[in-house]
Amino acid sequence: MGETPHRSADAGTGGTRVTQSHEWPAGASARVAEAPVSTRSPGGVGLGGGGALPRSRKFGAERAFHGLTLAAGTAVLVIIAAIAIFLIAKAVPALRANTENFWSYEGWSPNETEPKFGIGTLAFGTVLSAALALLMAVPVALGIALYLSHYAPRRLGTALGFLVDLLAAVPSVVFGLWGRDIFVNPVRDFSVWLNEYFGWIPIFGGDGPFGKSIMLGALVLAIMVLPIITSLSREVFLQTPTANEEAALALGATRWEMLRTAVLPYGRPGIIAAVMLGLGRALGETIALAMTLGITFGISFNLIQNGGNTIAANIANAFGEANETGRGALIASGLVLFTITLIVNITARAIIYRRREFTESAA
Amino acid sequence: MAKRVEASNVTAYYGGFKAIENINLTVEPKTVTALIGPSGCGKSTFLRSINRMHEVLPGARVEGNLTIDDQDIYDRDVDVTAVRRMIGMVFQRPNPFPTMSIFENVVAGLKLNGVRRKSILEEAAEKALRSANLWDEVKDRLGKPGAGLSGGQQQRLCIARTIAVEPQVVLMDEPCSALDPISTLAIEDLMFQLKDKFTIIIVTHNMQQAARVSDRTAFFSIEKTGDPGRLIEYDNTQKIFSNPSVKKTEDYITGRFG
Repeated sequence: MGETPHRSADAGTGGTRVTQSHEWPAGASARVAEAPVSTRSPGGVGLGGGGALPRSRKFGAERAFHGLTLAAGTAVLVIIAAIAIFLIAKAVPALRANTENFWSYEGWSPNETEPKFGIGTLAFGTVLSAALALLMAVPVALGIALYLSHYAPRRLGTALGFLVDLLAAVPSVVFGLWGRDIFVNPVRDFSVWLNEYFGWIPIFGGDGPFGKSIMLGALVLAIMVLPIITSLSREVFLQTPTANEEAALALGATRWEMLRTAVLPYGRPGIIAAVMLGLGRALGETIALAMTLGITFGISFNLIQNGGNTIAANIANAFGEANETGRGALIASGLVLFTITLIVNITARAIIYRRREFTESAA
Repeated sequence: MAKRVEASNVTAYYGGFKAIENINLTVEPKTVTALIGPSGCGKSTFLRSINRMHEVLPGARVEGNLTIDDQDIYDRDVDVTAVRRMIGMVFQRPNPFPTMSIFENVVAGLKLNGVRRKSILEEAAEKALRSANLWDEVKDRLGKPGAGLSGGQQQRLCIARTIAVEPQVVLMDEPCSALDPISTLAIEDLMFQLKDKFTIIIVTHNMQQAARVSDRTAFFSIEKTGDPGRLIEYDNTQKIFSNPSVKKTEDYITGRFG
């Protein structure tokens, strides 16, 4: 908007545009913003008129903004570094005091005079429950997302999409309560049935009691990560270029074949990102699992017997009565959780990066 | 391999809007037919009704009769995917599948048809790419992404993808409008070769192009915005461009349209 009057002024006087682009090399937006100022600058109204070239400014909006963004970027690094230093400083003394192997000991008694605690069972439970949750949630979420983006009539799709997003707004403690007091009953009945007929498969074996199991925790988790994965992948699916969808259809693809040829491959990086976000939430979920799991320390693939525990749930359960060493031990477990999440994210990046030649040209 | 396309009283709607009305037109096998006319006159709509791509848009529908060698493609019992396999389409903007390699792009249609054998796919890919005059340019990088090619190459890749399934009719919706003159020439040459095997129908805004490539030309027009498009004149290309029988056609091709 500031451009046009300048152009016309330039036409008369000539040469000014060169001056201006020297003064504001940062691009059109900055020039537009600052344009009125230049008319007030020394040298007067005649923009090209005779005087010396205006000097580049030491302090302007451009500089200020640059500084501001730099500060914000640096702040993130400083905060992360500070947190890391704090956590490690707290964790190391507790790890030194541990009288058992931190990686392999099955139990958590850091508050004793001879502290004993191991991360193995917790890490195992965390990964198992999150993986199970994703195993159940991802196919359902992708199905819902495809339905909303490509099958449902537009209005219905929007309405249902809104409902799915609403599911994400339910606090996790509500999911926890619901899981512990209500959802546990059908899950227990189902577990008993599984145990009776499929008890010969180790994951469904055992003598009970059933109910507050990894299965219940994973199911509740699955419901919690469902909306994230659904709404993100729905957005991605909606972005598929119509040209590609039509190309598939014109080759004689059915609707499902079109989704497989054009939509799903195009959305692949987005799907991976969505799943990783879901996994991040599943790994870090605290209170819902603290309420629905049986809280035991032991490595077992049994899905239906009471038991299971995760790093985050353990922190929630044990932090209240932890002493100095106990808190250090919990912080150490938090660092392990952080590392797991980091590995997961790096893996996801690597998967996306491996096909970047194709995904970049897609954008 | 090439078939006759016959349209009688074809009328197409977008929801409540009537885009074309009562189009009657017969396209002979192994010819190139150009559809010309001002923007919004319904030539693309007509083209898209020939392979039933029109109805992909919500609320869009077609009335009237469209036959390919006397077979009604709008028959209730006809499988729409079979129609589209028989009648290939090349779009305005090159649209290779961005996630697929050059090779995968060419054989995408064959894979949809259930062809899995690698040797057959490779043979078909080479044949289609040779027919599309693209083989020599891409034979050493078949595994690279199709979207990494230049615009003109991408469009020839899309043509290769279309003819790989050996359709009877090839529809082209302004296939050169996004291309530079040299790529355009390459595609026009290609059309010349392709009409040995296929019936080609092309929508174009470029009248020189219509005059260069087509045997027959159909001129579409509208009375005013909001009116349905109609077929004004359909004749041999030479006749249309030298001695049209309708005043409106003459006005359009001489640039006095208004």
